[in-house]
Amino acid sequence: MEFFGSLLEQLSTAYDLLAAGWGVQLLWGIGWTLAVTTVSMVIGAVLGSLVAAAKLSHRGGLRFLGESYTTVFRGEPELLVIYLFYYGGTQVLTGMARSAGSIGSTDILNMPSFLGGVLAVGIISGAYQAEVFRGSFLAIHRGELEAARAYGMSTFLRFRLVIMPQVLRLAVPGLGNVWQLTIKDSALISVTGVAELMLTANKAARSTHHSLLFYTVAGILYLVMTSVSTPIFDKAERYTSRSFTRPK
Amino acid sequence: MDFDFYLSTMWSVLKALPLTLEIWFFGVAIGLVLATGLTWLRASGYKLGEYFTRAYVFVFRGSPLLVQLYLIYFGLSQFDFIRHSPILWPILRDPMYCTIVAMALNTAAYSSEIFRGSLRAVPVGQIEAAKAFGMPAFTRFRLVTLPIALRLALPAYSTEIILMTKATALASVVTIMEMMGTAQKIQHDTFRPIEVLTCAGVIYLLLNLSIARLFAWVEYLLSPHLRPAPGQSQQIKPVPEVL
Repeated sequence: MEFFGSLLEQLSTAYDLLAAGWGVQLLWGIGWTLAVTTVSMVIGAVLGSLVAAAKLSHRGGLRFLGESYTTVFRGEPELLVIYLFYYGGTQVLTGMARSAGSIGSTDILNMPSFLGGVLAVGIISGAYQAEVFRGSFLAIHRGELEAARAYGMSTFLRFRLVIMPQVLRLAVPGLGNVWQLTIKDSALISVTGVAELMLTANKAARSTHHSLLFYTVAGILYLVMTSVSTPIFDKAERYTSRSFTRPK
Repeated sequence: MDFDFYLSTMWSVLKALPLTLEIWFFGVAIGLVLATGLTWLRASGYKLGEYFTRAYVFVFRGSPLLVQLYLIYFGLSQFDFIRHSPILWPILRDPMYCTIVAMALNTAAYSSEIFRGSLRAVPVGQIEAAKAFGMPAFTRFRLVTLPIALRLALPAYSTEIILMTKATALASVVTIMEMMGTAQKIQHDTFRPIEVLTCAGVIYLLLNLSIARLFAWVEYLLSPHLRPAPGQSQQIKPVPEVL
């Protein structure tokens, strides 16, 4: 009985704290997390497709560049890359502003934390997406590319009509995995001060001394985000491969 | 180029390498034991075991490691029974042990899925052949299933190990002065983040590349039957044109 009593008490404190404004803050945190993840995925998609093209290129130099990119950004701790872009960005911006004379010689021009975080997570996500795109390009039937060439299609036309639609279809499951990874990486940019879910939970935990409650809530919200994404990507996969499944 | 600065930074960060390796080793080793248990529970055929492992994997793969670390380090100490427990409290009040526990619990979820997949990928024919030879279940597991499954698990498991090396950097947010923490401190002291983080980055990259090499080598050692016989060239001879 005592156990249930204390549980009820805990739940009512939890409700009070969440209703007192932390709940709304956490919802904003989710919004920021999703914004960071989406923007990072877009940056990653652009970089990833360029890097995948470089890795598939006939030129040794480009291939080497692509290989180095994916090796470095998949091999470094995410935290290090985030610090590099945030603090390194501050270093570069400050240096530039000081030499241009727009700030005093002791002032510091900070890297915008959202920009720094999104660039870092986007570049990491790009390294993983490059591998996904490369894999799906290699899965296209050689014969289709040869047929397109035999028809006299130009490189661009071949890319637009044959390569891109198939790469997109084959890449959907892999992109789903990268999306989950990126959601989890986005938690790390709380160290630079972007008010996403993790930082909001942190603030709430520190100022109310209810760390267990707020970290559990944050954990559950992350679980909700990752598990809601799964059926969405399943649906996207079914949609993009609709012409390859047997009609019922 | 300030060469001395690079060298001294490199050296200071390298001095923290043993601590990083310690976190990494214990995290991975304890995680491996837990993963073995989880895989066994999942493969045992008990419904309850299956539900438990499914839930475990769902929770630990679906949330960021940072949340898990904060929950263990900051969250668990709210329970009175943990603060008064003579066994749990010495572990959970130490940020180092907390990082190891968080990493072990996290990697156990990912690894148990890898092991489950590789167990299922063991060719049925091999198991049937072992049964036909009259091998008892344990011998069959020891001589047929386990060696094949281990070899199949290696590539994915090496990826997981590299993810764990990267995860050791998170220890720096709970005040551990491992490589990342040391780099952070030097960076705050000197305000030269690009140089300092590049030095740390080079060390992390070399560490991960050597781990990848090591695993590739073990995989090579474990698959002598897949290599061409000595003296035989790797290339498949073209089929003579008889048609």
